[in-house]
Amino acid sequence: MKAKNNEIWALFASVKLALFTFFILAVTSIIGTVIPQGKEMGFYIENFGAGTAKLFQLLNVPDMYNSWWFVSLLALFSLNLIVCTIDRFPNIWRLVTMDNLALGVDRIIKMPKREVYTSELDPAAVKQALVDTLASSAWRFTSMDKEHGTLFAAQKGNWTRLGVITVHVSILVIFIGAIIGSALGFKASVMITEGRSTNKVYLYDGQATPVDLDFEVRCDRFELLVYDTGAPKEFTSDLVVLKDGKEVLSKSIEVNDPLQFGGLTFYQSSYQAIDNAVAVELEKVGGEVKKFFISPGREVTWPEEGVRFGIVNVMGGAMGQARFKIWFKDEKAAPSQFWVDGGKQVMIERPDSNFAFSARPLFATGLQVTKDPGVWYVYLGCIMMLVGLYIAFFLSHRKVWLYITEEHSKTQLHVTGTSNKNKLGFDNDFMALTDHLVKSASLKLTKEGS
Amino acid sequence: MNSSQLMGFTTFAYLAASFLYIAIFVFRAKKLGIIASVFTLIAFLVQTAAFGLRWMESYQIGYGHAPLTNMYESLVFFAWAIVLFYLGLEYKFKNRLIGAFAVPFAFLSMALATLTGDEIKPLIPALQSNWLIAHVMTCFVGYAAFAVACGMGIMYLLKSYGIEKSSGKKGREESLLSTLPDLNVIDDVTHKTIVFGFLWLSAGIISGAIWANSAWGTYWSWDPKETWSLITWFVYAGALHARFTKGWGGKRIAWLAIIGFVSVVFTYYGVNYLLSGLHSYGSAG
Repeated sequence: MKAKNNEIWALFASVKLALFTFFILAVTSIIGTVIPQGKEMGFYIENFGAGTAKLFQLLNVPDMYNSWWFVSLLALFSLNLIVCTIDRFPNIWRLVTMDNLALGVDRIIKMPKREVYTSELDPAAVKQALVDTLASSAWRFTSMDKEHGTLFAAQKGNWTRLGVITVHVSILVIFIGAIIGSALGFKASVMITEGRSTNKVYLYDGQATPVDLDFEVRCDRFELLVYDTGAPKEFTSDLVVLKDGKEVLSKSIEVNDPLQFGGLTFYQSSYQAIDNAVAVELEKVGGEVKKFFISPGREVTWPEEGVRFGIVNVMGGAMGQARFKIWFKDEKAAPSQFWVDGGKQVMIERPDSNFAFSARPLFATGLQVTKDPGVWYVYLGCIMMLVGLYIAFFLSHRKVWLYITEEHSKTQLHVTGTSNKNKLGFDNDFMALTDHLVKSASLKLTKEGS
Repeated sequence: MNSSQLMGFTTFAYLAASFLYIAIFVFRAKKLGIIASVFTLIAFLVQTAAFGLRWMESYQIGYGHAPLTNMYESLVFFAWAIVLFYLGLEYKFKNRLIGAFAVPFAFLSMALATLTGDEIKPLIPALQSNWLIAHVMTCFVGYAAFAVACGMGIMYLLKSYGIEKSSGKKGREESLLSTLPDLNVIDDVTHKTIVFGFLWLSAGIISGAIWANSAWGTYWSWDPKETWSLITWFVYAGALHARFTKGWGGKRIAWLAIIGFVSVVFTYYGVNYLLSGLHSYGSAG
């Protein structure tokens, strides 16, 4: 039974399973890029035939990335990562924390990368001189007396052994973030007409289930800017957050620059022109500015200034090319009628004071609303992945040893070393160390055999 | 002189550079080496100037964005990144024979660019983000490395199958192939190039996810471009695992370098034309 458990454990810890999952995930992922996702059943029947459409439904192909079998594959991938991490961690940790002085001298002096030097001084004198010389080297040495001599050891980048495991864990952290996001978060949308506010948003769950917010969001203004080619340049909404009727936050949002409040994020996603609604801005020159949201054919008053006006006619489309015919009156003179182009300003000259008048179609801004408490885990995982990949690919664990011993009544200095990666870079490091030792006059070293 | 003319010049210069590098290989004309390198470097500098000029032109028109926003601009940047990466590789490994298998990719990319519209167009709101530059640059540095890795994979297979075929008789073909670097050197450089590309591809996918989240509130939506970038990521992740733990090398890694690049090309080019999705603004139109 124990052996069988070990076999299963070994399977889940194996790279073979990882390669298998990479392959299956890569191949099955193609399906959803070729067969359009999230369409109505009728679409699949029309394009693939009733039989195939039925099979699609059975295997949840129209929403394959959330299907039981694809999620199971991702779960298998995660399990593989978890078991592999647990399986390898003790060994990796041993390599990180290993005491290099505890390693057998026999093995150390036979490392593939090695040099042997002799000195005319006695071992004790070399040891004394070495302590001073090494203090100014690029390495931090510790030493230990052995049976036939003294061993010095130093290492760099032992923690880089953790690079691969960091990458593996980063994927799990991203998955945890995704799970938190889908369990505790939501995606919703809402349309807010200029001048109005809302405390509800509607889920993307097929039924547009309303979600109550504990605050209100008001849209003061929506603006659509276009290039001279007619292509949209920017969508902007001036949003205000109200808590218990008080303004607590205001921000102009645009695409790529959302508003965040109370764990929710409001993204600019669409807009709509409102039928039969016009936004009017009236400025008494040298005085107040007032905004009105009105319908054509209705008379509006501005009592403080004794002004009455209305829109008697609208011509043109909704995209700002509209023209409005305005009727305007105050108590001082006969009413005046004039045309104003959407978005443009017209000066109205009256006996006592002048007014700047502008009108444009009223819009509703379309906001995407998301709550995703998992996104910071996803970002943390992403950073871990990049840092981990950099460490795993480009940094190495390098070790060097010096061993002073007496052989045939001559003092010998063995210099050896090893690196788990980047042998070329390590060769340079090693050469720098041996150069440093040879150039040190107090050691009086000569290369063995020269 | 405008950027389009300079880009046109660059296209021909990369074609000429490709011939120079191929000549070094086929005619064993080592003397051409320095000429090829200097010529390619000059072409690269001209293209860099053209890139900067196009950036400026976009501001003069009043659109003001980095020239990394449509198929034309990305193909041009792809070529630029391939040459930059190749020249770095040539400098580091002191070997010009890789050029015959790398620089032609830059020419092909430029040639493809000339088939798409080079008009500077205004940027739709979704693309107006600082993440644009980070996302496109990280992706294309990765793609460029993978293109060069593919070239070296082809070089490896050419040499190893050539040796197998002509084993026994010492023909001209064999002596030609013997000018190529040792198989284990090609293998090593291919692997290192894939490693480099993989890091940048990961950074490209991540920057894209962060951007998507700041624009739409969703960091991953399984749209075809995202999904194909993940498929490509799996291919290279598989190649790296097979090498690190199973000691794969030689022909297998050479083939994986080629398969991986096919996946890159599909992610980058195929998805735009054959599949629909969020990245549709990247298409030729």
